[in-house]
Amino acid sequence: MITRALLTDDRTGKWFLAIVLGLAVVVPLLHLAVPPSSPFHISTATLALLGKYLCFALLALSLDLVWGYCGILSLGHGAFFALGGYAMGMYLMRQIGTRGVYAHPVLPDFMVFLNWKELPWYWYGFENAWFAFLMVMAVPGLLAFVFGWFAFRSRVTGVYLSIITQALTYALMLAFFRNDMGFGGNNGLTDFKDILGFPVQANATRAALFAASAVALALGYLVARAIVASRLGKVLVSIRDAESRTRFLGYRVEHYKTFVFTVSAIMAGIAGALYVPQVGIINPSEFTPANSIEVVIWVAVGGRGTLAGAALGAVLVNFAKTTFTTGFLAPYWLFMLGALFVLVTIWLPKGILGTLYDFWARRRPAEKSAAKSETVPQPAE
Amino acid sequence: MTTLVPTDAPAPLTPSLLYLDGVTVSFDGFRALNELSLQIAPGEMRAIIGPNGAGKTTMMDVITGKTRPDTGEVLFDRGVDLTRLDEAAIANLGIGRKFQKPTVFESHTVEDNILLALKGDRRARHVLMARTSAEEARRLEEILEIAGLSAQRERLAGLLSHGQKQWLEIGMLLAQDPKLLLVDEPVAGMTDAETEATAALLKRISAADHSVVVVEHDMAFVRALGVKVTCLHEGSVLAEGAIDTVSENPRVIEVYLGR
Repeated sequence: MITRALLTDDRTGKWFLAIVLGLAVVVPLLHLAVPPSSPFHISTATLALLGKYLCFALLALSLDLVWGYCGILSLGHGAFFALGGYAMGMYLMRQIGTRGVYAHPVLPDFMVFLNWKELPWYWYGFENAWFAFLMVMAVPGLLAFVFGWFAFRSRVTGVYLSIITQALTYALMLAFFRNDMGFGGNNGLTDFKDILGFPVQANATRAALFAASAVALALGYLVARAIVASRLGKVLVSIRDAESRTRFLGYRVEHYKTFVFTVSAIMAGIAGALYVPQVGIINPSEFTPANSIEVVIWVAVGGRGTLAGAALGAVLVNFAKTTFTTGFLAPYWLFMLGALFVLVTIWLPKGILGTLYDFWARRRPAEKSAAKSETVPQPAE
Repeated sequence: MTTLVPTDAPAPLTPSLLYLDGVTVSFDGFRALNELSLQIAPGEMRAIIGPNGAGKTTMMDVITGKTRPDTGEVLFDRGVDLTRLDEAAIANLGIGRKFQKPTVFESHTVEDNILLALKGDRRARHVLMARTSAEEARRLEEILEIAGLSAQRERLAGLLSHGQKQWLEIGMLLAQDPKLLLVDEPVAGMTDAETEATAALLKRISAADHSVVVVEHDMAFVRALGVKVTCLHEGSVLAEGAIDTVSENPRVIEVYLGR
């Protein structure tokens, strides 16, 4: 029911938050405090990898919010992720200062190389962390708001909406590949030095970034859960299942969709911003349509409409990707990914967590309703 | 049926709640509605009959903002022009609609279905923070009772029987507390007992000062309602009046009832 407190009825959520916040403490400790000789030590490479998984988990969570609960199948969520990443990348570029190859005090290396004389206006302000972090949320959020406003008001739904989200990310990819855009062309932004005054490559900074990613994932979960459990969340599900019925009840469907799409894009932007300093680069390939489609697969595998399942799916699929793209199976990874999607759609249409929920639901009420069914009066028909 | 005119109304030329005049809708040259004129008084219940393709559903689409008429006037509640508004705005003015095929939110509980339909502020920022008020809880109980679904309240709507879904949808309409209810074939696929109960329910709703427009093919049901009947044919009114007058009209017999 609607009035219940946020987590009182959310056992999965409690477990999820406990695990994620546990990771936020344990993983950095195992990296920093345990000597490399110990079998429990987590190496720098593993730490970066795990941090990347958590960012992907947040991205998957954001997609699940719009797809799982409101039926908006966005095939362009990678665009919001990449925009958040670029905003962070611009901040990191401005932190390099005179340590760049050309030692220009203001211009990043690629601008000096292109013979630019001054900083383009849209790079102003990115030397300030607060401004850049604001842009991490504002740019994807604003784009999603404007895009959603027009698309949802024109009642573009279903596969047509999916196609234009795909077109959105593709158009951004082409734009960001161009050198004149002023975002480093196909090389993107890289060679970062400092973040908030700490060296990006330092172990302690990496550990802190990992912890920040875990905390962001936990907060993202809480926000998504609060939305889903509210009455607005019920309206979202109503829109997903019977859009015109919801309209005839007096709900302005386009406002609801725009709201949730914008919130989701902001989450994706934050995920991208945390991803960039951990992998050390952001380039236009993050806008590739295939990336966005992969996010859909993570959510489908983990269980759409379950939030925690989406995060789980992201981690599992990416773990498999890491495992299978480094070895003799490497050339076959894309086939495996495709097969995974087909198999999950056929045999686990509700994903891992959705299937588990069904399994539990079938076991528990079987005990409960056995005692109850006799007292429930059957309606006269 | 009330013919009383509210005292604060301006010159009561049209005491009607719903006023359609000369409404025409064409789809690719086919005239689904052809100069249709119709008036529904406040608190009136009206049955609409007519063969397939007579324009019954198109008429509902026009009233609820789903379809814009090519020409003609559609006025509601003392002069609000419905042709300029969208579905949500019209719903919030107090027009509720029940679809031919029962459409309920199948993955919500019966209770949540009604809760979402309850009259109230529909703006997203309000709905995000909404808590069930005591008044809403009271209305919820009342409607569950009327719709005969109290025992089913915790069940998912998707698990209800066909008849129960129809009733849930009527319950959702009640929750909206509209001035005008449009009900499209409410008894299609119902058993005789359910049909009778539905007729009683609709009468009860209209007695509580709601105007009701019922589109129905089931003549026994229309007779049970005992209200003024309008027969549509090829997008305009063919006959209007008491059920006995209309059903004896030779044109109605020819195009609709059959000999």
